Amino acid sequence: MKSAVSARWWIVFILLTIVTVGAVGALLWVTVGQPDRTLEACPPACPYTFAIPSTLAPASDEAGRINFLFTLILALAAIVFVVVEGLLVFTVFKFRNRPPESALQIHGDTRLEIAWTAAPAVVLFVIMGFTLQTMSQVRGPAPADALKVKAIGHQFWWEFRYPNEAIVTAGELVVPVNRTVEVALESVDVEHGFWAPELFGKVDAIPGYTTRLRFTPTSVGRREYGGQCTQYCGTQHAQMRFSVIVLPPAEYDAWVAKQQQPAAAPEALSGNVKAGYDAFFNPQNACTACHQIDGTAAAGQIGPNLTHVGGRAHLAGGILANTPENLARWLRDPQGVKPGNKMVIRQLDEQTIADLAAYLTSLK
Amino acid sequence: MATTAPAVTAPSKPALAEILDWVTTVDHKKIGILYLGLNFFFFILAGVMALVIRTQLAWSNLKIVDPDRYNELFTMHGTTMIFLVIVPIWAGFANYVLPLMIGARDMAFPRLNALSFWLLFFSGLVMYSSYFFGTVPNAGWTSYPPLTADANALPGIDFWILGLHLGGLSSLFGAINFIVTTMRLRAPGMKLMQVPMFVWSMLITSFMVLFGTPMLSVAITLLLADRHFGTSFFLPAGGGDPLLWQNLFWFYSHPAVYIMILPAMGLVSEVLQTFSRKPLFGYNFIAWSSVGIAVLGFSVWAHHMFQVGSSLAVNTFFALATMIIAVPTGIKIFNWIATMWGGALRLEPPMLFAIGMITMFIIGGLSGVMLGSVPVNWQMHQTYFVVAHLHYVLFGGSVFGIFAAFYYWLPKMTGFKMNRALGIWHFWIMLAGFNLTFFPQHIAGILGMPRRIYTYAGGQGWEVHNLLSTIGAFLIALSVLVFIVNFFYSARKHEPAGANPWEAASLEWATSSPPPEYNFAQIPTVSGMNPLWAQKGGPNGHNGH
Repeated sequence: MKSAVSARWWIVFILLTIVTVGAVGALLWVTVGQPDRTLEACPPACPYTFAIPSTLAPASDEAGRINFLFTLILALAAIVFVVVEGLLVFTVFKFRNRPPESALQIHGDTRLEIAWTAAPAVVLFVIMGFTLQTMSQVRGPAPADALKVKAIGHQFWWEFRYPNEAIVTAGELVVPVNRTVEVALESVDVEHGFWAPELFGKVDAIPGYTTRLRFTPTSVGRREYGGQCTQYCGTQHAQMRFSVIVLPPAEYDAWVAKQQQPAAAPEALSGNVKAGYDAFFNPQNACTACHQIDGTAAAGQIGPNLTHVGGRAHLAGGILANTPENLARWLRDPQGVKPGNKMVIRQLDEQTIADLAAYLTSLK
Repeated sequence: MATTAPAVTAPSKPALAEILDWVTTVDHKKIGILYLGLNFFFFILAGVMALVIRTQLAWSNLKIVDPDRYNELFTMHGTTMIFLVIVPIWAGFANYVLPLMIGARDMAFPRLNALSFWLLFFSGLVMYSSYFFGTVPNAGWTSYPPLTADANALPGIDFWILGLHLGGLSSLFGAINFIVTTMRLRAPGMKLMQVPMFVWSMLITSFMVLFGTPMLSVAITLLLADRHFGTSFFLPAGGGDPLLWQNLFWFYSHPAVYIMILPAMGLVSEVLQTFSRKPLFGYNFIAWSSVGIAVLGFSVWAHHMFQVGSSLAVNTFFALATMIIAVPTGIKIFNWIATMWGGALRLEPPMLFAIGMITMFIIGGLSGVMLGSVPVNWQMHQTYFVVAHLHYVLFGGSVFGIFAAFYYWLPKMTGFKMNRALGIWHFWIMLAGFNLTFFPQHIAGILGMPRRIYTYAGGQGWEVHNLLSTIGAFLIALSVLVFIVNFFYSARKHEPAGANPWEAASLEWATSSPPPEYNFAQIPTVSGMNPLWAQKGGPNGHNGH
């Protein structure tokens, strides 16, 4: 009976070791072994285009500092883990199945108690020191030349406003590299959470509050990072995504200039783009009740601003690549694509859908 | 010492009388068994929900259940496991064994005790009746307003609120009963600082329940008012504050973690000394560390709110308190190791589960310290890293403790021994399945996978971890099946356990298994700790003690 128990111990220790090694291997494979995807490589062909997210591959000054802190605490935790679990397992092995008379009859030892109270306390104060340092570094006040952006949570998409640039967009936060971005978070309905793992720790958007975070992207070239709502906000919480597109300064300036243009006047349109324009402004389709297009009469404030929707990489809260096919799919049945989202639309005929898709795609 | 009552063969009663007897009982042992049965039923139910959740997430873009059903599942899984399984199951165990352990004939207030159980029963009934109305709670077990303040959009939250009210009352009455029983009904000669560690843990836990639960009741009452009576406690449009909910809710719900783990820690202390054949090392330090955890436990709630944009000072306070709470926890772990050190360890199923509880809880504690570091929390909060952490604490800690308690005390309750081999198989399958389920979730979280998502897109590197997790979940289910098979197999075989099968030290083992009505023919008189060992001159007889 005794040997049966110890044999099982060995078997399971080996199994657990295999599982642990396998898990660590999987971690390395996923975080290191796979190539990054860049924006050029993917859209519009891929169904889903964000880079593989990872807090271990920081792309901003702030996320880098947090990653350092994480690594440090993980290392300390690993040491404590090995020491304490090792001691525990050693004790179990050493004293298992001994004759009962050999059990020591002791009740305690004050010096030992003091030692194992003090030792963890010291480790914890070290961790606390680094915590305080990192905390003040990554959420300190942003520099004066920071790019100010407002991120507004809606069920189930993110709106981005650039107050100084007079830009309103949705689903994609476009920022220049190496300049601090200060994001002010608000919500129009329920609580949401704003997080892009490579760039910044999450902050909630809370109705009635303006919360803030900052990040300074340090990546090279044109890069896109995935983000997602992290505070449960209703049926489609899982599909409330966004991306942060980091651009070289010149490209960013060009993007700003383009975003500041209003949409083309209807006189300049022709063909099915013009037909799509007419469908959009047909009161029976009710598009303008929710959507705004700068330079036109559409001034709805409920759904995303569509002035430059054709120039975005994603649709529908970041879940569809922006292609005419996906746009048509969305217009045909938004509740089928993303059940529970707030877009309600009457059944349109295929010609109208194609026209609308053509018009919206033209809004670059 | 107490005499063992002769086994009386009860005349067989008609079924209806038998049922009426159980429904109207005020016997603490019967109420204990009712609790355990109800809690185990909900454990199975919540486990099945977990399996559906894990199946849905096994790979990217799976659509086993639609988004609304999924959101209901994780809400009911969490709510059930916390409020209908882990919190009350310790009241179930304590109901059965606490009066026995202190040499009492029943709880202080037997009728209040019955009320506690029936409130819990109706708590579960109200919550699950939502399935018959098609309005299942669906906003997570935390139910943050303003989302939940809209009664038209989320009608199911009313079932959640009313269920929690009943469960909260059940918990409160139970706490009062345990406190009074422990303070007033101890056997002659048993000082307060000599009670078995499980009794002490239940005493501290009960004070936490008494202090924390009213806050939850306040919070859900205000939420009910916001939903139906036009108030705006949590609605900024009417001058309210959504963060008020988070503060009130976590003021109860973080201590609730300790309400779920302290009794497990008490049980582990009992089991370790019994199966190490030596007294608990540092009884006073273990006892007072529980008090430390209980007091500190009420000053860490805002570590659930590091992402709401609080000031540096507020975050620093709560981070510091969170880290400090690791110190009394560490004291327990080191004293447990010292209890085993130099012992003669009997690796029976209760002992395996107790050791398993310690090893897994250490992992949960370490990830807890990581999450207590505010900037790390900003990255890891609301991801699967937190899901992994909380399951290492509540499954690795509490549920392993619960199974240790089942293997330890079932022979006392039923009179028959559980099969040892099946118990060992149960343990190893559960340990492997548990780690396979929850360890990869740490990594999924580090890779940015948020919690409470019904599906995820491919190409994010999350599939491998989720698949491992799903396989592990089914291994856990298998291990629970082994436990159930073990119970019925052992019941059929019915190998008598005798009064004290583990040669343990506390008074519940001084009476027959199962104990007769009113437990002791004569109330035992004790002088000091571990009375049954003191009686024979040490845990292993006269061996130089």
